[in-house]
Amino acid sequence: MIGRLARWIDDRIGGSAFAEEALTKVFPDHWSFMLGEIALYSFIVLVVTGVFLTLFFDPSVATTTYHGSYVPLQGTTMSEAYRSVVELSFDVRAGLVMRQAHHWAAIVFIASLVVHLLRVFFTGAFRRPRELNWLVGLTLLILAMFNGFTGYSLPDDLLSGTGLRIAYSIALSIPVVGTWVAFLLFGGEFPAHEIIPRLFVTHIMIVPAAIAALIGVHLALIWRQKHTDFPGPGRRESNVVGAKLWPTYAASSLGLFFAVFAVVATLGGLAQVNPVWQYGPFRVSEVPSPAQPDWWLGWVEGALRIFPPWEPRAFGREIPNPFFPAVIVPGITFGALYLWPFLEARFTGDLGPHHLLDRPRDHPVRTATGVGALSFFVLLQLAASNDLLAHWTGASVASITWTFRILVPLLPPVIGYVTYRLMTALQASGRERLADLPLREALRSAVPEEPEVSEEEAGLLYVEPEPGGRWRWRYLEADNDVELCSNETYASADEARESGRRAYPETPVSYSTATKVERRSPLG
Amino acid sequence: MRAILASFVVSMLASFGLTVVYATGGQPQLEGILLGAALGGIAIGLVLFGRRLLPGGRFVGPRDVVPHAVAQRAEAEAAFEEGAEPIERRQLLLRAFGGAIALLGVAAVLPIRSLGTKPGRSLQHTRWRKGSRAVGADGEPVFADELDVDTVTTVFPEGHVDSGDSQTLLIRLPSDVKPPGPADWSSGGVVAFSKVCTHAGCPVGLYQAETFELFCPCHQSTFSVLDGAQPTFGPATRPLPQLPIQVDSEGFVVARSDYQEPVGPGYWTRPRDERDSGEEGRGR
Repeated sequence: MIGRLARWIDDRIGGSAFAEEALTKVFPDHWSFMLGEIALYSFIVLVVTGVFLTLFFDPSVATTTYHGSYVPLQGTTMSEAYRSVVELSFDVRAGLVMRQAHHWAAIVFIASLVVHLLRVFFTGAFRRPRELNWLVGLTLLILAMFNGFTGYSLPDDLLSGTGLRIAYSIALSIPVVGTWVAFLLFGGEFPAHEIIPRLFVTHIMIVPAAIAALIGVHLALIWRQKHTDFPGPGRRESNVVGAKLWPTYAASSLGLFFAVFAVVATLGGLAQVNPVWQYGPFRVSEVPSPAQPDWWLGWVEGALRIFPPWEPRAFGREIPNPFFPAVIVPGITFGALYLWPFLEARFTGDLGPHHLLDRPRDHPVRTATGVGALSFFVLLQLAASNDLLAHWTGASVASITWTFRILVPLLPPVIGYVTYRLMTALQASGRERLADLPLREALRSAVPEEPEVSEEEAGLLYVEPEPGGRWRWRYLEADNDVELCSNETYASADEARESGRRAYPETPVSYSTATKVERRSPLG
Repeated sequence: MRAILASFVVSMLASFGLTVVYATGGQPQLEGILLGAALGGIAIGLVLFGRRLLPGGRFVGPRDVVPHAVAQRAEAEAAFEEGAEPIERRQLLLRAFGGAIALLGVAAVLPIRSLGTKPGRSLQHTRWRKGSRAVGADGEPVFADELDVDTVTTVFPEGHVDSGDSQTLLIRLPSDVKPPGPADWSSGGVVAFSKVCTHAGCPVGLYQAETFELFCPCHQSTFSVLDGAQPTFGPATRPLPQLPIQVDSEGFVVARSDYQEPVGPGYWTRPRDERDSGEEGRGR
């Protein structure tokens, strides 16, 4: 049946060559390569659950009175948008699970994007020829964060209304064009009624379409350039080692999709998230306390909270305070991220292509910069909860805020320096793991070395016939217990030999046309 | 093998259970657990299948390093040149074409202007006018005598209870402290300040009566009422503007005028706040 359908399509559009390439495509095995897949699959879950929500959500700010089954809100005036979300949560069967699964999927989506970005950064996977995909991936992260914000702003509850008000003030703070930007985005002075329908169109159509398109580009580039891989026996710049797409990788990746969906669905049923009925409907003169945004905007919120009261003014013009923490800080953050591959190539002079990954110690400066920057954002994230920290510790909000005002600029360079020392010491010690490094060696000052070029292990490359008259090549490293098999089969021994030579240019082909290979693999 | 089968069977049972739960009225926690088990069973089954029964990562293929055919570049360039060469007066035509597209782009972008009203001077004033009665969010006018010393009352100009920039805090100070601002801006110890934070526009929602401090829950800016709502902590740099009020013959709080300076967060063209300069220029 499937065979007949495949033939029917192949007769009309062709595609057998592509199908063969696709089915035998090699995917390296490493848990960290699943991070991007988790992001992809949570996006699919977002689309599925989001379509369901769209059928029940009413993007209208027309006022109405609530008469649903949630007693504490009965008789309250609210917008149609808020009413429809409360109704979806309490009076639509499976509505609450869908809504919470959608929100959890967004949390997992952005979290996996961030961890994926960190993996790519710390292993140097962004280096030539993958700079383009680094840019696409970063843009995806920005779009995901933006759509997370527009999504949780839709219910028109008190918490998200406060978030919108801050977003409006941030837009207003942009020099020269701020008032126009704010008025065009929001339709006029806050609170303008246009914002909820606009957020709706942005959230369900414009940004998701852009994300889907960029995911397509991202995957196409991965397909074209093939995966990076960690160095190891049999791994070369010139080859890819791993499982074939069909059937092994397909099974485990599909399994991962169901696993992501399972986790998100379980969280959606058991773990309450964004309980808008507790916040109450948006009121122009009310504000929740404490008020924290969703986690992915915590660093911007933290920067807003601890930035000193400074508002420069000259010649009758002023630069409002929120501009620095909420526009400049994210601007520098993403600007530096966009430029990093090019800056690193320029400063290290390493302009060549790389397909084998670095370990973080191989590049102490990059690792130290990354860890220092990461600690900066973690501190800002904590600063976004200065009121809660004050509540829990019993200290005053002022002392907590001052602590962060001191730590945020000072601690990251210290952490970066310590990271640099640890990485160089680890490199010099030649040990496998950081945990194995004795304190004495860690404290010793070590000169950073150029990453060692591992000596190419002597391997064997041979070609052998397959049943059915096809040919295959194998690569053997007896010392390292490595036996690898070519992912494709070939029509002739010459073709197979040519392919093996491209994968291992330094290894001579030991047996080329033997019908029976004398030296069989010791591994059987 | 047995574990894989068991996973798929668990998934089937969970799906069946999910159907029953849904049909009998639904229950969020059960729905979550059962949906999770239905999906999770398939997930575990597939992963075990891939791990135990299928060949692992023993395959290798050449990586065709890009660009693997530099020669093609020349062919592509030649194809482009071949098409472009015969066009006469290429530069002029291209420039004209570019100009047409650019102008079309400008014309096509202009409708963005329709998205919002003109900012103009709308940020410089609120809905308060001379004689506006202060009403609560419910639209009921506020009696000066009913204001309590320990709390703040949020008021709007009558008829504009949805006006975000007009929200104002009425505070009754005890008789033993001197009200801030010009003497004729307050009445009987009742003062009025804008509720819109001068940092990022949140309602300044919390009041500590013992220290006469207003506190914004968003970014913790703190304002001292006795000091004319000057900021004492947090990111805010400017005081909350004061609304001149009086009490009319019926005992209601009314405004003497609009705010004398823009309320709320800053913006590029915000006129100078006279209190910034330290001049005694208030209450013109």
